[in-house]
Formats: sequence, structure tokens, C-alpha cells
Amino acid sequence: MSEIKMTVNGKPVGGDVADNMLLVEFIRETLRLTGTHVGCDTSQCGACVVHVDGKAVKSCTMLAAAADGAEVTTIEGVANGGLHPMQKAFNDNHGLQCGFCTPGMIMSGIDMVNRYKAEGKTLDEAAIRHELEGNICRCTGYHNIVKSISQAAGEM
Amino acid sequence: MSQGIGAAVKRKEDKRFTTGKGKYTDDIRMENQAYAAFVRSPHAHARVNSIDTSAAEAMDGVIAILNGAELTGDGIGNIICGWAITSKDGSPMNMGAWSALATEKTRYVGDAVAIVIAETNAQARAAAEAVEIDYEELPVAASLAAALADGAPQIHENAPGNIVYDWEIGENDATEAALADAAHITEMDITNNRLSPNPMEPRSAVAIYDDAEDHYTLYTTSQNPHVARLVLSAFYNVAPEHKLRVIAPDVGGGFGSKIYIYPEEIACLWASMKTNRSVKWTSDRTEAFLTDAHGRDHVTKARMGFDQDGRIVGFKVSTKANFGAYMSLFSSAVPTYLYATLLSGTYNIPNIYCEVLGVYTNTVPVDAYRGAGRPEASYLVERMIETAARELGKDPADLRNINFIREFPHQTPVIMNYDSGDFEGNMRQAMVAADWAGFGARKAESAMRGKLRGIGMSCYIEACGIAPSAAVGSLGAGVGLWESAEVRMNPVGTIEVLTGSHSHGQGHETTFAQVVADRFGVPIDTVQIVHGDTDKVQFGMGTYGSRSGPVGMSAIVKALDKLEVKIRKLAAHLLEASEADIVIEDGQVKVDGTNKVLAWHEVGLAAYTGHNLPEGMEPGLKEGAFYDPLNFTFPMGCFICEVEVDPQTGKTEILKFVASDDFGTIINPTIVEGQVHGGIAQGVGQAMLEEVRYSEDGQQLSASYMDYAMPRADDLPDFDVLHHSTPCTTNPLGMKGCGEAGAIGTPPAVINAITDAIGNNDLSMPATPAKVWAALNSAKVAAE
Repeated sequence: MSEIKMTVNGKPVGGDVADNMLLVEFIRETLRLTGTHVGCDTSQCGACVVHVDGKAVKSCTMLAAAADGAEVTTIEGVANGGLHPMQKAFNDNHGLQCGFCTPGMIMSGIDMVNRYKAEGKTLDEAAIRHELEGNICRCTGYHNIVKSISQAAGEM
Repeated sequence: MSQGIGAAVKRKEDKRFTTGKGKYTDDIRMENQAYAAFVRSPHAHARVNSIDTSAAEAMDGVIAILNGAELTGDGIGNIICGWAITSKDGSPMNMGAWSALATEKTRYVGDAVAIVIAETNAQARAAAEAVEIDYEELPVAASLAAALADGAPQIHENAPGNIVYDWEIGENDATEAALADAAHITEMDITNNRLSPNPMEPRSAVAIYDDAEDHYTLYTTSQNPHVARLVLSAFYNVAPEHKLRVIAPDVGGGFGSKIYIYPEEIACLWASMKTNRSVKWTSDRTEAFLTDAHGRDHVTKARMGFDQDGRIVGFKVSTKANFGAYMSLFSSAVPTYLYATLLSGTYNIPNIYCEVLGVYTNTVPVDAYRGAGRPEASYLVERMIETAARELGKDPADLRNINFIREFPHQTPVIMNYDSGDFEGNMRQAMVAADWAGFGARKAESAMRGKLRGIGMSCYIEACGIAPSAAVGSLGAGVGLWESAEVRMNPVGTIEVLTGSHSHGQGHETTFAQVVADRFGVPIDTVQIVHGDTDKVQFGMGTYGSRSGPVGMSAIVKALDKLEVKIRKLAAHLLEASEADIVIEDGQVKVDGTNKVLAWHEVGLAAYTGHNLPEGMEPGLKEGAFYDPLNFTFPMGCFICEVEVDPQTGKTEILKFVASDDFGTIINPTIVEGQVHGGIAQGVGQAMLEEVRYSEDGQQLSASYMDYAMPRADDLPDFDVLHHSTPCTTNPLGMKGCGEAGAIGTPPAVINAITDAIGNNDLSMPATPAKVWAALNSAKVAAE
């Protein structure tokens, strides 16, 4: 067991966790923030993407203990009241159907827009498709997800 | 802005999904919840000699370990197949027993043998690993060829030669005679590759037993919770229907794989009673590959005959269909009534004969996956006609065009009666959008860069809105395929629609509300769609086969009809007018040509106060309806795919993809187009990326996302989705359904395009770079 402390969506949280507990388990099962999803067991699908210290991380690839001291943001924490432009863009562009991959898509989308902005690069549709390598959607064929992220990139 | 039929309104349900507030089965946690893990067979075919649970039972947190003998001992019934198919010789299908927990034998890798219940998920999984089973390995037949070989291992005792049925449809003699007189015959061997549906949400179940009431609740990832309750009660003897509530909350995609009631749900319900604990099980992705029903897996020989003008005179098809180790719920109908009945495609074909051999193998059960039989038919027909055009030196569009059906209704030789469509109109629209005429110049431009460009089309048709209950009953279906709806108007004028359809991505909370908005002119925000709970909705057949529009919404329309009759009668009474003069629009009830008006809530309030009702009218505003379809519906369309192949690597890039579809009436074009996008992506997946592979000894070689190639964003282009609609003539809204079209029409368009590019027609799905490169180079070698 390890004692950990971290900030999740702006609130201090912590406790004793098993050394083999994944960050996604801590988020879903300990904190009961169930917007972060688990869609695979090989870190391919991206349904569990959260932000750790401002960067997109697949929370199934990180131990909870390794996030000790980190600042974590989940889908529940991206907007300060209302909707984040990325959340709104997914609604505007029909960027989701069953909604299961959507939190991971939104977290990856926000991260890629932030990275491209910081580097002064243009996030065009080809770049969005390339950047989505680590997020699988089975419903939308990605067409409207690409449109959603593109819209949000212009608004963020 | 109108929110009614045809309006591209944004989805009402999105807020909870975009903010992480969706409630999926695995998000549910009960007081007193324990966790289940399954002990699964590592062998594809083995005798279970003994099960030793002593070490596992001693482990931390273990509550119980239960096996198949105990399950059957408690009277839990075998898993059924709900569609009885009769063989050529009149004999019933040979169905082997399928127990939720295997008793004597395991028949595929992943077959569950025991269920472990423990305090935590980790403890349950650890204990499952520690259960020791003495298996006696048996010879394995992991493919159609192996199962049909001389001396093949016998998978079920009552299915000699592993044959489930040997079925036929159409006239063999007439078809052979037509082929004998044909001026040209195109002959092909075609394999339809095996796929795993892969909804992103893995299956999950939370089973809750209440010993005080002797009542069960099951939260589950289901496309049809009422069907689940029906079979769990009537066939699996878990509990009678009034003692079992099934709830399918937010469900993260289905694509057919969540129609079925699997061993896990049965075992969790039973284990919940045995342990008096709430029991949760959630599949991981590996388990999903090992246990979710697979799709497709056909091997077909076909001959299509043409007269001197290029008109099709006959089509003979012989198909072998792999069912896996057990007959899943709808499996038997997929390669028969959902496949062979669509072999006329969009063409006038006077003579068709098809025979289908259903075969057991030591693999995961195979059942309906998006399209279910119709993708296999469309792939076959559209590959055949494209190949014929190449052999005959005809333009593929021209050859299709001279064979198109143009008059409706059209009776095919294989049961189906098409009601409507404009096949040439869709093809022409797609060809214009794809700039078919300018392809030659683009091909030349690609050639300058050393690339091979190809173009291909498919003019698919499919059958949706399954289906008239009496018709499917006469063909062997064990259930009726109607749908139910109830519409409740509240005293304040808001409306609740209770539907037997189930939304797991299709956007029913929006589109169903649009149907109500269209009828009464009320805002969609005042309409609530209730679904997915057997305690709330009386009954329903669920969502699959693109039936929520043509069947589910038709039931809502019927209930709205009844509600409107009552509203008119009540309003006429209150406004002292004739019923014929009552007009309902913009959420108001008016008397035509006067300024007499009732606000919408005044109607509701009057109905519920009951202070001033017409003579004999009951208070309240609530009407229900069951809608039984008059016919299948027939969505159709033309897809055109343009590709570029790199001859150095065999890598194919899709440059353009155009879909022109006839879905009849469209409620919400944005949602319909989204359905098409997703269907095309799954079709491209089948054509270029996806395949479930087994080793000879029955180990699944593709059971993770590192091995099974799910389409990623950069595998796909933007899609150009168009509509050219003719209303369906057999349901009230004129809807045909749109959920499966993309997956049905896409694979032949893609393969026709790639084979056009490489100049070799001998290419199987998935057309991976290695296969395309090999086909390209074997064509070169042959040419030299």
C-alpha cells in the first residue's frame, strides 16, 4: 500500500492505495468519477484519457501511486460551469453516438489543441486524424469527431 | 426553427455524455456488491474431467465458486436459438446443448466452466486463475474446412458431420436451366471474413437478488432488455417475468453483439441468488474477443449467367456458414433469411437458387453483426456483377443499369417484395458526386506519380424493419417482431414516450421526440423518451436490424394517432366546436377560422382534472399501441470508392468515398448521416483491416487491439453522404431505416476499387497491404 495525495478537478484527494492500483481504477472506483471509461486492456482505445499535470495520459497506463502529487483533470472537471468549447463542439457537430469513447476523445482533443497552439502549429484535419491514433471510436467513423475538434480548435 | 421531421436538430442526450455523466452498467455500484470472474477453457475442444476449487476457495475474499453441474441442477435451462431452420430434406436443425457453464465438454477457447464470486474484482480474478481443471484435450476443428473434412472431430453428438442444417431457397432446376442457356457465366469463390463487432463499451452485468421479495434485477448492456427478460424467464428459468426486472441503461454501442443473452448474465443472476449478494461482472477486451458473438465467416461458390445483351438470367449460390461452437440466439436466421433473400440485389434476376450449409466449429459463436447476412449478400452480388462487367468488357455502371429493377412492387424469386426505390437515380447522383467521368484524368495523374488509382461502386439493397410477425413466424422465428409504444401527456402538457426500442448511440431521445414535435408543434425539450427498463415499458422487441425507425417510430405514430383522437374530442367539447374544425399546431389547439384556442397545458389539465369531460370520456391522456410491420423495408443506395495504391508497399489510401442512399423519410439528417459514417467505417474495416483469425488448434490469434485492426481516424477519409429518397409505402412515416446500410454497401465498393487499381480481381478481404502487394505482383508475373 502507498499513501498518495493528489488534486483531482481542483479538489485535494488521497488515501492508501494498493501498489498495483491503476490511476483509472482510483478515479473510477475510489473517487467514483465514472466519466473516465475503460474500453480495452492493452492501452489502445483511449477511453480512459485524463490530463495529468496538463498532459493527456491514458489513465490505464499509470499507477495511482505514480500520480502522487499530480494535478489530475478528468472529463468531469474540464469546464468551470457550462460546457468547455470542446464539449460544445462535439454536440454541435454530432461528434458522438453511444458516448462511450467521448470523454477520452474530448480529453485528447483538448490536449492536442493546447499542444498545437503552444507550438504555433496549425491543427488541420489531417493532423487531427493523425493525433487520434490512440483513440478508437466504433460509432462515428471519426468524420464528425474530426469536425468537432476542428471547430473547438478555432474557439479555444 | 422547426424541430419536427426532417430537422437537423442537435441531440438532446449529448450533455450527459460529453460531461462524463452517462450511466453505463459498469458505472453502477450496489450496496453489498460482490464481483464475478469466469473460469474459461484454454482449450478449443476438451473434456472436463474434474474441477478442483479447494485452493481457490481458500483465497482472500472468495465467497463462492459455482459450476455447471450446480447450475443445471438448479434447473437453469440451456441457451436457445430463437429461429428454427428446416433443412432441404425436411429435417429440423441439429442443435447441440449450450449450458451457461459447460458441464462435460468445452467447445471453444473462452467457454465458461465456473463462476467465482469474491469481495473485489481483483480477488475474483485471482481465484479464477487458481481453479484447477483437469481437461482432456480433444481434436479441434477451428475452421469450416476442418469441420467438414473427412474424420473431423464431432463437436456436438446430435450434429453429425458438424452440420447444423443444409438449407435451400429458390428453384434449382430452373436456375440450372437458365445458366445452361446463358451467353456468359461469371463464376467466383468468395470468402466473407470473420469479424468481431467491438462496441467500445465491453459487456457488463449487475445482478441483484432480493430474497425478501424473491425478485431479481439485472442491469445489463443490452439492445433489447425485454427480449432478455423473456428468454431469462421462459427458457433459462432464472425467474418468472414478474419477478425479474431488466434494465439496459446507457449502452455504449452494440452493432448486434448486445442482442444476445450470454452465459455471463445468466450465471450472474443465478449466482446472485446463490450467494444472496449483488453480483457484478464486466468484460475486459480480451474476454470480449473471446466471448462476444462474432459476425460473417462465409465461404461461397457462385455462378451468375448473362444473356447476349448483358441481362442476368440466373444466379446460383452455394454457401457454407460458420456458426462457431454453439447456436446463438438469431444465428440460424443470418445466413438464411437475412442473406439468401437479398441475393437478387437491385437487379431483375428471374432465377435464383441458394443452398446454405450451417456448420459447427470450435470457435466463438457467430451471430448477427451490423448488417447480418445482408453484407454477405451485397458483397457477393456486387463483386459478381463488377467481375462480370470486367469479363464482358462492359462499363460497370451500364451493366448494372440495364439490370436494375424499375417497377414496384417487385417480387424477387427469393421471398422479398421490394416496395419502392430509384436505383438508377441513386447511382447517377453518386457518379456525379464522385466525378466518375473525370476518373481517367485522375488515374493518369496518379500514374505520373507512380501510383495506381482505382474506382469501384456498389449498388446495394438490404431488408430492414424486421418484420411482419406472421411472416417471420411462418419462416421459423420464435418471436413476433412488432414494436410497442405508449404516449403519456401530463397535466402540464409535457409528454413522455415509452418505447420498446433501445438507444445505444442512435439518438432516439432526439429523433423520437422530433416525431412528437412534428405532430403537435411542441418543443422537443418538453418530450421525454423512456426506454430500456422492463418495469417502465411494458414490452418491446428492441433495437437491431435498423428497426427503430420503421417499426419503433411507427408504433409511436400509432399511439400518437390515438392520443390525437382523444385530444380533438376533448378540445371540441371544451371549445364548443366540431371535432372536424379542431386544428393542432404550434403546441396549441384551435378552432379553424376562429380565435378560439386552448394552450397545450390547458388540454392536459382538463383531461386530468376531469371536471368537464365529454359524456363517457375517461380522465387522463395516455395511449399505447403495438405496431406490426406489413413488410420489410428496403433501404438501398450506391456507394463509390476511389483509392490509390502504392505499388511499392501495397498500401491503399481511400481518396474519396461517396454514399447516395434511399432511406425513405429522414427524421434527422445529421443523425442519419452519422449512422452512415459509422457503417462505412465498419465496412472499410471489413474490407481492408479487420479479421478474426484462429490457429489450427482453435486459439484466437487476434484477441486484442494490438492484433485486431480496428479502423483508426487516419485509416479513413471524409465521407460524402447524399440522399435520394423514395418513401417506403408500407409504414406510416415512409421510413426505411439507416443503421446498417454503410456496413452493407461498403465492402464491395472498396474491393471493386482496389481490384480495379491493381488489375487483379483475385483479392480477398481484408485487403491488407501484404495481400494487395501479393495480388499486384502475381498479376504482373501472370502478365509477363
